[in-house]
Amino acid sequence: MTVPVPLIEMRNISKSFGAVVALRQVSLAVAAGEVVGLVGDNAAGKSTLMKILSGVYTPDAGEIVLDGRPQAFATPMDARGAGIEMVYQDFALVPELSVTQNIFLGRELLQGGLRSRFIDKPRMRERATHLIERLGLRVPPVDTPVRAISGGQQQAVAIARATAFDARLVIMDEPTANLAAAAIGKVRAAIGRLKSHGVAVVVISHRIEDVLETADRAVVLKHGMVVGERRINETGGDELVHMIVAGQDPLRPAGGAAGAPPG
Amino acid sequence: MAGLDRRRLGLLAVRYGLFLALGAWLVAMSLASEHFFTWLNFLNVARQAAPILVIAVGMTFVMATAGIDLSVGSLVALISVLIVTFFGLGLPTGVVIPAVLMLGLVSGLANGYFVQLGLPPFVVTLAMLTTLRGIAFVVSDGYATPVKDDLVLWLGRGKIGPVHTPIVLAVIVAIAGWLVLSKTRFGLYALAVGGREEAARAMGINVRGVKLAVYGAIGLLGALAGIVLTGRLGNGSPNAGIMLELEVIAATVLGGTSLFGGVATIAGTVAGALFINFVRNGLNLLGVNPFWVQVATGLILLLAVLLNTVVNRRVTEWARVLKTEEPESEAEP
Repeated sequence: MTVPVPLIEMRNISKSFGAVVALRQVSLAVAAGEVVGLVGDNAAGKSTLMKILSGVYTPDAGEIVLDGRPQAFATPMDARGAGIEMVYQDFALVPELSVTQNIFLGRELLQGGLRSRFIDKPRMRERATHLIERLGLRVPPVDTPVRAISGGQQQAVAIARATAFDARLVIMDEPTANLAAAAIGKVRAAIGRLKSHGVAVVVISHRIEDVLETADRAVVLKHGMVVGERRINETGGDELVHMIVAGQDPLRPAGGAAGAPPG
Repeated sequence: MAGLDRRRLGLLAVRYGLFLALGAWLVAMSLASEHFFTWLNFLNVARQAAPILVIAVGMTFVMATAGIDLSVGSLVALISVLIVTFFGLGLPTGVVIPAVLMLGLVSGLANGYFVQLGLPPFVVTLAMLTTLRGIAFVVSDGYATPVKDDLVLWLGRGKIGPVHTPIVLAVIVAIAGWLVLSKTRFGLYALAVGGREEAARAMGINVRGVKLAVYGAIGLLGALAGIVLTGRLGNGSPNAGIMLELEVIAATVLGGTSLFGGVATIAGTVAGALFINFVRNGLNLLGVNPFWVQVATGLILLLAVLLNTVVNRRVTEWARVLKTEEPESEAEP
């Protein structure tokens, strides 16, 4: 399978937690403006792989290459500094803080001169409003505390935060898991908008429809290994589900995938 | 439109209820006692409230992170005893004051260290409450000793112009606390840690560092209040500051700072500290038995927690319901 010049490459990533092997020699490449769906059963290693990419975990072996340069992310801040953002399944928002405060949390804009230790609230408010408008998202006034807005709106705030600082890759962990049907369409549209801005997106999802709807390519994981991958326009839901359940690529007969456990 | 007004009124009443209650109490007491609405009496109340407010500013930060510090009253006693002990050893003022401030900071950092390990703040600081009080009794052998140092006495009962030194100190601490809480990253991060710790951590905030810092700060402020109280009482006593932690917590919670973290204001804490002391002062002026004043303080704390939790939540939810109903009522005409 040919991938255009990759923006980011994860090469031969392995990770164990004690005796449990979470990932074995997993490689994944994503191009700018590409949407990759990462699918697989529970405990397939999807979240672990993305937590390594976003700096939450450090891999035991393997490397991450961004723009051809190897990276070492010790913390989520390192990964965010490199333009890799994560939209968490539970949104990771502070309910008591305002929409603006959440969008800029950890990266507040500061005033200049003698007041350089003070937060620049007007500028942040202005940028937050602009950001949400640019994403085409509808959110109440940016001074509203997050606990007072709906789940779909909270998702919108989380996406706005992930794209506030020139993100190059946005990881979305189960982006539709906590949403009502109406809000799911908006998330899918937001993914399309990111793609059109040249941002790479990795969507982790249990929902095959999400992946079929938004992704260019699906990568199937099982037991910490890549089972196979497909261009979305060359596959369908049945084939992906089969790969997820069987843990085998039907185009690659058993034995071809080294060490694939029996289904 | 009527719904909108009712909603606004409800929210305003909850948010500024304390300020309204304080205002109402001031008016009522002014009518009840001719001695109440006087410059002298106001200075008196502010002087009483000053050390409580100094610590309550620290407590506002601790509670912002969803913590609590029960050890501040005992810390005040230990600092009080150490001041006279250090002077008894012949140490100069220039050494004693920085030394006790440093010890307050260390005591606070010790609390913070155990809290950031994941221990419940309530238990950690309860253990510290009895530990520090015990050390104060061991060091002093249970005796109160007079303090004669001019600087300590000035800090406790001196004046800067027409205003007493403790009041000036409390105003400075409150303004500094307000600036840090509402305008700096540190204040915002304290609120974020208390609001949802996991989210704060995911956004790269140093959660452990923030916790250490807020407990260190309240330790430092506790030591400052300890110096002020020692100067005011004129002696170093292991019985100083008994139940002080409850007054501090009452002032903070009364001011609208959430017991569960994430919500905190310094202005509320200032009003809370003043309210408690104005109530006490008013009851004293009316000749109420001082033991009843303790009962009143307890009931006010209970009322504050009730407002802070149940009533606040109900009104917020009620306002949200009204808000969602609004578009329909506006569509009618």
